[in-house]
Amino acid sequence: MVTSAERLRRLLALVPYVVARRAVGLAETAATFGMTERELIDDLNLVWCVELKSPEPYCPIDLSYEDGEIRISQAESIARPLRLGADEASALLVALRMLAEVGGGGSAVARLIAKIEGAAGASAATSSQVTIQLDRPNERGVTATITTALHAGKRIHLRYYVPRRDEATERDVDPMRLLVVEGRTYLEGWCRLAEGVRLFRLDRVLDVAVLDVAASVPEAAESVDVDAGLFRPSEADVRVEIELAPGARWVVEYNPCESVTELGEGRLRAVLRTPDTAWIRRLVLRLGEDARVISPPSLATEVRTAASAALALYD
Amino acid sequence: MSKRRTERLLSIVVLLLSSRRYLTAEQIRAAVSGYPEQEESFKRMFERDKEELRDLGIPLETGRANAFDDDLGYRITRQDYELPEINLEPDEVAVLGLASRVWQSAELAGAAAGALLKLKAASSGIDDDTVTLTQHRGIEPRLTTQEPAFGPLWEAVRDRRPVTFEHTAGGRSDATKRTLEPWGVVNWRGRWYVAGHDSGRNAPRVFRMSRITGPVRLAGPPGSVQVPEGTDVRELVKDWDRAPARDRTAILAVRENAGIGLRRWARESVPEKDRPGWDRVTVSFADSGWYAGYLASFGPDVIVLDPPDLREAVISVLKGVLA
Repeated sequence: MVTSAERLRRLLALVPYVVARRAVGLAETAATFGMTERELIDDLNLVWCVELKSPEPYCPIDLSYEDGEIRISQAESIARPLRLGADEASALLVALRMLAEVGGGGSAVARLIAKIEGAAGASAATSSQVTIQLDRPNERGVTATITTALHAGKRIHLRYYVPRRDEATERDVDPMRLLVVEGRTYLEGWCRLAEGVRLFRLDRVLDVAVLDVAASVPEAAESVDVDAGLFRPSEADVRVEIELAPGARWVVEYNPCESVTELGEGRLRAVLRTPDTAWIRRLVLRLGEDARVISPPSLATEVRTAASAALALYD
Repeated sequence: MSKRRTERLLSIVVLLLSSRRYLTAEQIRAAVSGYPEQEESFKRMFERDKEELRDLGIPLETGRANAFDDDLGYRITRQDYELPEINLEPDEVAVLGLASRVWQSAELAGAAAGALLKLKAASSGIDDDTVTLTQHRGIEPRLTTQEPAFGPLWEAVRDRRPVTFEHTAGGRSDATKRTLEPWGVVNWRGRWYVAGHDSGRNAPRVFRMSRITGPVRLAGPPGSVQVPEGTDVRELVKDWDRAPARDRTAILAVRENAGIGLRRWARESVPEKDRPGWDRVTVSFADSGWYAGYLASFGPDVIVLDPPDLREAVISVLKGVLA
């Protein structure tokens, strides 16, 4: 249920939207405003019912919706949309500046920023209080090469570093798109080694070559819904429980945890789910006395074995 | 109820936009349907309506209705209300589509969607951004705001209001209470920070939003925070998060085909003569404490040969694992 304020905001955009188009389809309009046709008709009826009683009674807005087409013959003073608010102007301007910084959108971005700043006036000022700074990996032209492959529709060969296993892997990938999520740039592509859609962090690309083969992404390949979070645990994952001393609290900020419990005196218990425990072994090794694997016991043993073997090398 | 309220608010907007003069509350009451007879409840309702209109960003002005009486009146000027003329080229429309997706499900997603609707309403040229998007094939940036503190801090920055909150510094377990005059929010490498003047410390400070625990409370009226001339919040965050210089050198023995992460940034890597199956790898590092942990993560694939303090630090981390 929308509030009366939200509904008013929508009506004040709906009227000029129709006015600017002279006649526009009900279905199309409902889709643009993210509502059902029934809700749209309710909105149109509400607008049409507006009546001012004094000094002379009159109906300022006249409209019709026949044969699936909306027409507004008279919209009086609300024929133009309300100016952008500080939140709205900032949301767009910050997004556009971010787009400019990652080099997306070409020359249109700068023109659009100028136009929106102009139209927003004072509301644009707030946006200067939001700043986005992205990671600039030492990437040796990786982004440029992948962009070329994307535009040409070519397959690429990647040598890709997998830190959780400390491995360099070789694979052919059909690029789908480049994404910037949580400050890092990723390539989304159909990985022919894994036969699935995968995200590759560009700062982990060791080498990239464009192949003289057309990329062929299977029809069934679905883009990753990055807005649901990059990390999605699955049923098949191993449940790992670790205990962290105050000096290792940062671990829960940098790794998605299923649950985090305060144990007092700054100690934490964290539950993680992962398809591959190798990276947790490496993580716990690095934390020394600040971390303990509680379960599974096999992982705890693995960590101790690795530490003993490493220490033996110093004897 | 809600429908009648929307109708009433819409009527007020139409009425005040059509009038050049300030109209008094009584005149508005006479023209608009839905206000009660009873004086007190009318006043309360009218106050709420004004607040709601202002919250929506409608520039409701107050002034003297006429020179002969003291009654306050209200008006909305078209110049302040209307979005100025804006004509977008097709490629700009495509970029607008991309930009409106940046916040997707994050805090300002609703604001971005609202802005897009207004721009669509302003011009008949902006209809199908999906077509142009597929042609675009550029890079798609996304912003997320998982930190609950983002919303209230953004509002505080926007409205220039001081805030108080509890903050747990990295590596600490006790929260401290802070009062901050916020100057801006920064997304630094995917994480949100707020920078401003810490009144308790009487100095500029940067706080990572994920380390703010509990609610953020407003602690002053709108407009009461002054951002000093020339403040660059990005620089503040950068200074706070600056990586120390890697000015030390370590010699490591690294097992063949292992330690890929180390070798990526190595200065030199040659076969180790005395140890078949191992390489001698030279790397730069900054801080032996942090780097020792990193080297320990490779377990029995890496041995520190030099310097001795780094060697001891790694042995100590490994002993800690077994303790």
